[in-house]
Amino acid sequence: MSLFVIGYYTLLLVVSCLAAYFNKKTIFLLAFSLTLVSFVLGIVGGPGALRAVAICAGLLLLTGMVSYAFREFLIQMAESNIGLSFTNNPPVLYGCIIIPIVLIVLSRLLEWPITEFALAALILVIILIGMNSETAKELRTAPMTAAFGMFVIFTYAIAGIFAPYIAPHGEAEVISSAFAPADESMLLGADQLGRDMFSRIVYGARNSVGLALTATVAAFVLGAGAGLLAATKGGWFDQLMGRIADVIMSIPSLIFALLMLSIFGPSTLVIICAVAIIYAPRVFRLTRAVAGNVVVMDYIEAAKLRGEGTGYLIRREILPNSTAPLIAEFGLEFCFVFLLVAGLSFLGLGIQPPTADWGSMVRENATLISFGDITPLIPAASIALLTVAVNFVVDWMLFRSSGLKEQ
Amino acid sequence: MGDIARLVGQRLGLGLIILLIISVIIFFMVELLPGDIAQAVLGQGATEENLAALRKEMGLDQPAIVRYLAWLKDAVTFDFGSSIVTKTPVTEIIGERFMNTLFLAAYAAVIAVPVAIILGVLVALLRNSIFDRVANVATLTSISSPEFFLGYILILYFSVKWGMFPAISSLSEGMSFGELLNRTFLPALTLVLVVVAHMMRMTRAAIINLLASPYIEMARLKGTPPWKVIVKHALPNAWAPIINVVALNLAYLITGVVLVEVVFVYPGIGQALVDAVSKRDFPVVQACCLIFAATFILLNLAADVGAILTNPRLRHPK
Amino acid sequence: MSQGEIMTNAKDQVLLDKLANAAREGKISRRSFMHYAAVAGVTSTTATGLWTSSAKAEPKRGGTYRLAQHDGNSSDTHDPGTYLTFAMINLAHTYRSYLTQINPDQSLGGDIATEWSATPDAKEWTFKLTDKASFHSGGKVTANDILASMNHHRGEGNTSAAAALLADVEDIVDNGDNTVTFKLGSPNADLPWLMTDYHLAIVPANEDGSANWQSGDGSGPYKLVENEFGVGSRLVRHDGWHGEGAYFDEVQILIINDPNARQTAVITGDVDAASQLENKTLGLLSRNPDIKIDNVASAAAVTMPMHTNTAPFDNPDVRNALKMSVNREELIEKIQFGAATIGNDFHHSPAMPYFPESIEQRPYDPDQAKALLKKAGAEGLTVSLSTADSVTSGAVDAAVLYAEHAKAAGITINVVREANDGYYSDVWLKKPWCMVQWGARPTPDVMYSLAYKDDASWNESFWQNERFNVLLRQGKAELDDAVRAEIYTEMGQIARDDGGTVIPYFPNFVYARRGNLEHSGELAASWPMDGARAAQRWWFA
Repeated sequence: MSLFVIGYYTLLLVVSCLAAYFNKKTIFLLAFSLTLVSFVLGIVGGPGALRAVAICAGLLLLTGMVSYAFREFLIQMAESNIGLSFTNNPPVLYGCIIIPIVLIVLSRLLEWPITEFALAALILVIILIGMNSETAKELRTAPMTAAFGMFVIFTYAIAGIFAPYIAPHGEAEVISSAFAPADESMLLGADQLGRDMFSRIVYGARNSVGLALTATVAAFVLGAGAGLLAATKGGWFDQLMGRIADVIMSIPSLIFALLMLSIFGPSTLVIICAVAIIYAPRVFRLTRAVAGNVVVMDYIEAAKLRGEGTGYLIRREILPNSTAPLIAEFGLEFCFVFLLVAGLSFLGLGIQPPTADWGSMVRENATLISFGDITPLIPAASIALLTVAVNFVVDWMLFRSSGLKEQ
Repeated sequence: MGDIARLVGQRLGLGLIILLIISVIIFFMVELLPGDIAQAVLGQGATEENLAALRKEMGLDQPAIVRYLAWLKDAVTFDFGSSIVTKTPVTEIIGERFMNTLFLAAYAAVIAVPVAIILGVLVALLRNSIFDRVANVATLTSISSPEFFLGYILILYFSVKWGMFPAISSLSEGMSFGELLNRTFLPALTLVLVVVAHMMRMTRAAIINLLASPYIEMARLKGTPPWKVIVKHALPNAWAPIINVVALNLAYLITGVVLVEVVFVYPGIGQALVDAVSKRDFPVVQACCLIFAATFILLNLAADVGAILTNPRLRHPK
Repeated sequence: MSQGEIMTNAKDQVLLDKLANAAREGKISRRSFMHYAAVAGVTSTTATGLWTSSAKAEPKRGGTYRLAQHDGNSSDTHDPGTYLTFAMINLAHTYRSYLTQINPDQSLGGDIATEWSATPDAKEWTFKLTDKASFHSGGKVTANDILASMNHHRGEGNTSAAAALLADVEDIVDNGDNTVTFKLGSPNADLPWLMTDYHLAIVPANEDGSANWQSGDGSGPYKLVENEFGVGSRLVRHDGWHGEGAYFDEVQILIINDPNARQTAVITGDVDAASQLENKTLGLLSRNPDIKIDNVASAAAVTMPMHTNTAPFDNPDVRNALKMSVNREELIEKIQFGAATIGNDFHHSPAMPYFPESIEQRPYDPDQAKALLKKAGAEGLTVSLSTADSVTSGAVDAAVLYAEHAKAAGITINVVREANDGYYSDVWLKKPWCMVQWGARPTPDVMYSLAYKDDASWNESFWQNERFNVLLRQGKAELDDAVRAEIYTEMGQIARDDGGTVIPYFPNFVYARRGNLEHSGELAASWPMDGARAAQRWWFA
């Protein structure tokens, strides 16, 4: 009996007893059933199995702690009511938004190396604006999964924005031999050309997420815009939009993308356009259906009688009442867009090398799986982690806005 | 019931118009592709003279609109022409492959649909429990992995490591049904993993959405056990969105499986379509796209009819 | 195993043992065996003895040979004039036959033709046909069928990709005694080699003298039983086959375009051989004891032609500076994972006949490149290199790597990535410096006439060198092998030192087979799978 095994059971039993004493039912059940399972596991798998369980539990605990801390951090931020100082002070508000945007545009044009910081500042300002006691109240309802999701998204955003500063090596820089194992300078080893895997993952966050996000947003602007207009205007416009959506949806998406990319060449802009066109009809249908339900409500009638214009109706009346399903759809579509882009990469039509892109990275190294090499799993896991995180947050938002708060 | 007949008639008519528009779009997209069929067939070693000769032989010297109208004239009588490259009738090229695609889709659907709905009901019942969370994470992970990647992993474990199923799903004549199921198990499983998550999440959402309705509240107050509330009261009213998402996924099983076909070497229609695009073989591309579009339209129609049939309130509109 | 590795261990006795072992297991060809043995300081007689004693194997008949074949397309056809994919090239050599064939030792051998001879001016070639050959449908292969098969690629309005190959043929006559004579407009000593081209398959003649290719009938070692293009085919042995070999009872070809699926299929034993492997997994795959990998130097090439009539490439010093500023070894190591043969800027691969061993290999020498540029007054040269992913696997990566190497010589190479579609119509022959992939050609004369001759329409570097062209014409008409070898040595030297084409490497053919599949130890280098004739030549142990 090693010290580890003794410590393992002692810890579990202590936790179980304490939980029972303080009447924490869930924790007690969890801890004690784990103890029972561990007896069996320990006999069958020996200390190795127990160690694996301990590591898993430890990781889970760690994730939980990070998520919890991150949520508390956000709540603290929100409680300080920073947002109010912006919203009560319009000149500061607009200044803080416009200056970073101007800086971003200028730095792109004049090649100043500050784009990353300006972008980060802009995002920070937008987040800060939302920080008030209302938000704090909402944040308190966030489950651990949602907090975890937010933390992951935050990490990815940082990695994506500051990629050149975080990545130890260049995106396309060949620094060692092919498939070199991990060492001090290369956290995750090298890929098939001897480029640093970790650096490429970090750059991939910028390229892949940036592309998928842009494409999804474009699809949403197109689809939701058309859907809202169609619902408000009705009549022939509604019909026309509906039929256009039918036509696009009936063409298999992969083939449509394949044709578009073969015609116009596989540039990022074409990929974004193709993906936006493919996914816009889905968003359109959903928006049309949701907004269709809202449009027949009495308060819309009243607004129409007041003589409000289409723009006002959409902005002030319909949109706020249809956001929940749209956000949920956004999460799922984001996954699908990511997968479509990865599929295009698989057919050699996605983001072009040497630009780091997770989908292409999976494809380039895929043959290694047969040899039990985990290299291709890393980018695939990055994709999976992000989509899971996004959907955690989306689930929470959905739950919050559905009629189930009391449950 | 007359309403349904009228709806079906209307939608079929509309479907034909959509097919026509799609055929125009596809035709001109294929026209726009850089390079042409003669170059694709003769490759790098072609001289100007035999390129011209080949174009003439294939009728490519005529203006695009003339060729499209000629194709359309035949297509109206269900004659989809012959491949420009191989001269074999299109029906012959894609007929058997389409059957294969349908078989694989059916195989995957038979597993995926019941699994997804049962899981969806279960997680709706046990919502916010550990089981719900685990199912949620698991399905999200499977939905988030590129399908070719899922395929590779399944191959690694099920065929390379454990040798349970063949890694390639090539079919040959005179295969017994059992062998067929065995050969195509891995691609079917890949597809199942890809579509289950979406359907399950939709089922769960549709049911949970209804739980706030007054009549469910009523049933609950009457003291009906939770599982009975869901199965007896919520599920029947949730069928419409569920059928809708099932139809969408069935369409995907037929039209979106190119990657799975490539990975498992399955002789389906997707591979033929990609090949035809690379050779600029317009009649084959056109026929495949129209089949896909028709499948999509019919499945959507079926979903709408199904939604009406399962919902009495829609069946007898006020 | 890279050549460089061998060189450093040259004096090692261990090497000889390893070589003998490799030969016994069929891992290396006779050609490379002899080459390496010579490097190790063994006389050629000893080496030959070693070779025969280690690589002796007796073919056995029987079994079903299942091949995972790459690059198949559903729009492939039986028309020899439009054979394009590797899948069709492989199938064509399995169900059809040719006048001549390239033997496993890279020499020229007969297939339908048993012997051939030319008039002294090399303008008339007569082929004697075997009387044993028959079509799968029954009839004998006659001179008439040969005429029909060849005329399919000739004349007005033909749609064959091989038309250019036979452009010089003015007439083909049936002499009535089971011989045919090709009458040429100009001398061509290589005609029998040309007859190995995959387009020139023999098909039965129709009544009217046209070729009947539609039925899929042929006179090759195997008869087509089932076939679906882009999916696969099943063939059985053609009992009346005229040649040696055809050891398998049945051949099943499965089109598998995905490299990972091919690799998995051969690992799991779902197939017996895979026609192409991804280079990056070679190292890992070679550790599998059940799999044998054949890594064969080929005559295919990656070239980077500069337009020699355009500045700055009109100065030979600039051209040579660029040729010197590429680190070929690293390109081969990084892009091809060692599976390539180093190039020396003349388009003559060691897999072709008459290869000049004596020409010195050009090293990576940025300092001398700098000096040359200084001489040319072009220091700090900036040039653009066009490439596309479709050119060859890792083409863009190769160009990027080249640009890195050239930095040491003070040269800036801007890598321009062009669209895959239409690359050969919009970039090749149009942009002053681009990257090109050339398929294998049987002889240096074919290659030079196609892409280096002054008036060739594909003279990709627009290179004009009087001496080179005089030698080219002389070599084409020369029937004496020794003299030809000398001519091609001089031409190689000229192309290397004056030509406008950088040839970093010749990519190897890399294919795998299960351990129980045997071959003679020598592999024809014209196409993958033993010159696409594996079904005919290989057997099960």
